Amino acid sequence: MSVHKPLPHDAAPLHVTGEARYVDDIPTPSGTLHLAFGLSSVAHGEITAMELSAVRAAPGVVAVLTGDDIGHADCSPSNNDEPLLALGMVHYIGQPVFLVIANSHLNARKAARLGKITYAEKPAILTVEQALAANSRFEDAPRIWARGNLPDGFAKAAKVIEGRLEMGGQEHFYLEGQAALVQPQEGGDMHVTSSTQHPTEIQHKVAHALHLPMHAVRVETRRMGGGFGGKESQGNHLAVACALAARLTGKPCKMRYDRDDDMVVTGKRHDFRIDYTVGVDAEGRLLAVDFIHYTRAGWSMDLTLPVADRAMLHADNAYWLPNIRIESHRLRTNMCSATAYRGFGGPQGMLGIERVMDHVASVLGKDALEVRKANFYRASTPAKAGPGTGKRFSAEHSPKTVAAPGIQTTPYGQEVEDFILHELVAQLEKSSDYAARKAKIAEWNAANPVLKKGIALTPVKFGISFTLTHLNQAGALVHVYQDGSIHLNHGGTEMGQGLFQKVAQVAASAFGVPLEAVKITATDTAKVPNTSATAASSGSDLNGMAVKAACDTIRDRIAEHLAERHQTTADKVTFAEGRVSVGGSELTFAEAAMSAYTARVSLSSTGYYATPKLAWDRIAGQGRPFFYFAYGAACAEVVIDTLTGENRILRVDILHDAGTSLNPALDKGQVEGGFVQGAGWLTTEELVWDDKGRLRTHAPSTYKIPACGDRPRVFNVDLWVGANPEDTIHKSKAVGEPPFMHGIAVLMALSDAVAACGDGSTYVNLDAPATAERILGAVRRQRGGYV
Amino acid sequence: MTGIHFVLNGAAVTVTGQPPTRTLLDWLREDRGLKGTKEGCNEGDCGACTVMVSDARGSRAVNACILFLPQLHGKVVHTVEGLKGQHPVQAAMVAEHGSQCGFCTPGFIMSMATGHLNGVTDHDTHLAGNLCRCTGYAPIVRAAESASREAVPEWLKSEVSAVPVVGPPEGVALPRSSDELAAWYAAHPDGRLIAGATDVGLWVTKQLRDLGPVAFLAGVEDMRGIEVTEDAIHIGAVTTIAELLPAVAPHHPGLAAMLRRYGSAQVREAATIGGNIANGSPIGDSPPALIALGATLYLRKGDARRSLPLEDFFLDYGKQDREPGEFVEAVSIPRQPDRLKCYKISKRFDQDISALLGCFNVTVEGGQVSAARIAYGGMAGIPKRAAAVEAALVGQPWTEATITAALPAFARDFTPMSDMRASAGYRLEAAQNLLLRYFLEDQGLATNVLEVSA
Repeated sequence: MSVHKPLPHDAAPLHVTGEARYVDDIPTPSGTLHLAFGLSSVAHGEITAMELSAVRAAPGVVAVLTGDDIGHADCSPSNNDEPLLALGMVHYIGQPVFLVIANSHLNARKAARLGKITYAEKPAILTVEQALAANSRFEDAPRIWARGNLPDGFAKAAKVIEGRLEMGGQEHFYLEGQAALVQPQEGGDMHVTSSTQHPTEIQHKVAHALHLPMHAVRVETRRMGGGFGGKESQGNHLAVACALAARLTGKPCKMRYDRDDDMVVTGKRHDFRIDYTVGVDAEGRLLAVDFIHYTRAGWSMDLTLPVADRAMLHADNAYWLPNIRIESHRLRTNMCSATAYRGFGGPQGMLGIERVMDHVASVLGKDALEVRKANFYRASTPAKAGPGTGKRFSAEHSPKTVAAPGIQTTPYGQEVEDFILHELVAQLEKSSDYAARKAKIAEWNAANPVLKKGIALTPVKFGISFTLTHLNQAGALVHVYQDGSIHLNHGGTEMGQGLFQKVAQVAASAFGVPLEAVKITATDTAKVPNTSATAASSGSDLNGMAVKAACDTIRDRIAEHLAERHQTTADKVTFAEGRVSVGGSELTFAEAAMSAYTARVSLSSTGYYATPKLAWDRIAGQGRPFFYFAYGAACAEVVIDTLTGENRILRVDILHDAGTSLNPALDKGQVEGGFVQGAGWLTTEELVWDDKGRLRTHAPSTYKIPACGDRPRVFNVDLWVGANPEDTIHKSKAVGEPPFMHGIAVLMALSDAVAACGDGSTYVNLDAPATAERILGAVRRQRGGYV
Repeated sequence: MTGIHFVLNGAAVTVTGQPPTRTLLDWLREDRGLKGTKEGCNEGDCGACTVMVSDARGSRAVNACILFLPQLHGKVVHTVEGLKGQHPVQAAMVAEHGSQCGFCTPGFIMSMATGHLNGVTDHDTHLAGNLCRCTGYAPIVRAAESASREAVPEWLKSEVSAVPVVGPPEGVALPRSSDELAAWYAAHPDGRLIAGATDVGLWVTKQLRDLGPVAFLAGVEDMRGIEVTEDAIHIGAVTTIAELLPAVAPHHPGLAAMLRRYGSAQVREAATIGGNIANGSPIGDSPPALIALGATLYLRKGDARRSLPLEDFFLDYGKQDREPGEFVEAVSIPRQPDRLKCYKISKRFDQDISALLGCFNVTVEGGQVSAARIAYGGMAGIPKRAAAVEAALVGQPWTEATITAALPAFARDFTPMSDMRASAGYRLEAAQNLLLRYFLEDQGLATNVLEVSA
């Protein structure tokens, strides 16, 4: 069986030789044209004049398009509110206003800077306060979900604690910028190659802009140089622009953003402000929780509603909150439109409750981990399901899972059926030696006046499924050729996460063939239609199941055929190690395929999967949005310099639940990489906008993602041993997003280190990203002024 | 022979008809169809475009996106394609799961192959100029460690040592001596001098500027190198930061420690000390250190030479005491007992531009401060001495009380600004605290987070 093996990424040999092709590497026909946008330089205003003659006259320019030329060519994934080029009004600095089509990338860029646009500026809404004052928001009012009795909870509380947490957004900084290539076909059809997590969305938007049926547009994506959510909707503009230009000129058209343009034009993680009021008992158990989320969504809706929903859905993280109210404001501001980013609001919501845990522990003078554990959901395991547990003669051999008595529910009413964090955290406490190290750190801090260490252990419980329920479906197309080689295609996209390899392992296992027999091919809307974005960590769950269904169909046909030949039954035919055994004889898989082919048995099949058990009402905030939860915990130790706020992650231990991993090496890679990205979000990655709405951190010179030396020196990552109780692909769990939130342990450890500067009378109140400057400010507050 | 001559992946190439500011990256991808070298940022900050450049001075990893073609004249260039899939770092990266999306990988491979060739063991420092967003770096470092146990392939050794013999190229100013440079600059006083192109490169790739007449300084061999005499450490202007670092380490380890965090390995291999001074940036990292050491700057215009204290060179933001046609020829540091500490504060430790940089050189005799040279970057429009702070220290006992008493003087010396790197308030507070750090470190206290382990 290929599944569960720690095989390298399928494209690794191509990565290390430079052979792996990304959009900009694909050889293009001579005459290919290159595109660049002219961008808005004001955050809000009316375009009163556009002087583009110098642009048109610039060397190599073929054509220049404005909103007047193309009308509303929509690029929004949600709300039809994103014209490709501004239509009279501009809404943020960096909004595309005109499009240059030129004979080279450089000429297009140079020409785009020659536009002279005059604006009648209007007041820009840039802050939460400005947006609230202007009631500038998406949806007519804040979303509010609640359960239990909040006043009652507060009345019973020993203490009521209030606070406010601000957390920044995050630039994706995929190493490969946004890119698209469109080659016009006969009859006006378009072939699009796009660096996208969502080929069907690209197909849909291009078809819409060109007034073509979707069948006239074919989109291919072999791989992305990183996505992280940033290529779920943000590639639409480039593909639509190229398609419009290709139709206009009849030439292949390519567009890739320069890094600065990419960072200014495209959306980022939503920043959040979370105000909280909580009531606790003497042990720190949360009797009442009142959250208000404020997020700056930017100028268009994009994916803000489900992002903000998911923040609310993770307001509980791992904790039983009997009385809770969450109010969520999705604010429309004159900034780039915030978009999907790994975790999709989950990290923001989760950080809110982890901050509360830290604050409560500080007020009560308790270890924060003890407070966390005191609030954990009750341990519960689903009643056993599976072979042997059902009544032998009843209709159902394997009964539906039955909730254990006393099972607790999330604030939105989903039963927490398999809460494993009690055991998982206990194991991590032991392996990380948390308690002993905490004591040692206290000693170390007492001996060191300038440097202070801190430690924290935080849990993660992350819901798996798209909250827009209909997206939880996937398709696959599998061909077996007469030589026994297998062509594999599905709707998922490869952005580095190793999805293609994991799914190929599923296919190879289904046929009992070595992995080399399976050819992984580019995602292609002409092969598998109506795909969902590769997002929400769903890639291998959905596509693995769809591929397995397709493979099983073909395998069963081969088995039926061979069984007939050998006068036995199909269930006696086995596929293993490249061979097929039937009725005492053995064939190679290739011989079996050839035999089926000559007997006129179809060796091609689609496969389809829809996630079961989901039912969700987002307006009421009630139901089962998630098929299951993925769990994990991280323990981080840090050191800070109390003179400058400089800091370092010293050691991190992570124990993460990937179910029965499809590929432990790739899954560990997701955990390590996700953690470092999450730590970056909360430490060095600071997005700075000035008071005009200009993003001042629009290149790696000013926006600092973690570098090699920023990873923890001691970095122990292990996978939890345990199968997914739900019927997922080979009992695995999704692993793309959940480990990102292990980065929260770093912020909490920094908070612990800052607290070592004070006497415990004042809460640290450390906002994110915890830059050196923020840490120094927090240290000063602990010490009551300048040191 | 006309054009630029170099060896690319084992084969001689001649490049003609290119503008002198065409980057190696664009030429590789667009003209040669070598797409393995990637553009990640086009400003030398991500390392996705890293290539290996070799000459008689050895092999170094550099960023192709801000490397102009004339800089390669007479060099040996290897791109990822030139490793033929046969290099041990390539196998190790596959085995250790060091690539995920793979886009940064060719750049890592070239940095790692260069480090492997040069026997580098400090992978964190060597790879600081290569950004990866997927892996969290741990598997990449594991791969580098694993590959270090394998020998350098013989074919690579012989290729990097086969440095071509070339004459001067036509149509490109590539002076071979200070005299030639002086003559060219006298003839083109409005011309632009390009040494490592780590700054000027961005004028081309980001600002899309036309630089006018340009001269490339990489071949001015009599302005390269470090000479240590009884009186001074004399540093030629085209000495790279990578060359400077080991040379100053025995004399001023604090300067070497700061230079280790100057840019990245790729930037340090290209950037020159002369360029870091001549561009007049208020956030260049070497001037504050050199000012604190009492460095002298040597300027040349035609045949006329003059020298001045380095701090006098920086007049105002964007304005230096340099005439048209005049260039930085060298800088020298007087020999002295080492008291220098350099504290670079930035959002990220490696490869980041300083929010502020404080350099301290305080002499204490018999418990009294007998001399103090303190200079900061990032606190004013120029690299600037903290004159009032120095005055508040000199003649006082070397005690915490003296430090505390000197702190208000910072506000007289500096009125820093707020920007995306830090606020004015933070800059001033941290600047004060750095003086305290210098004192406490002098007393033997642990003050450096980089020296702490779990």
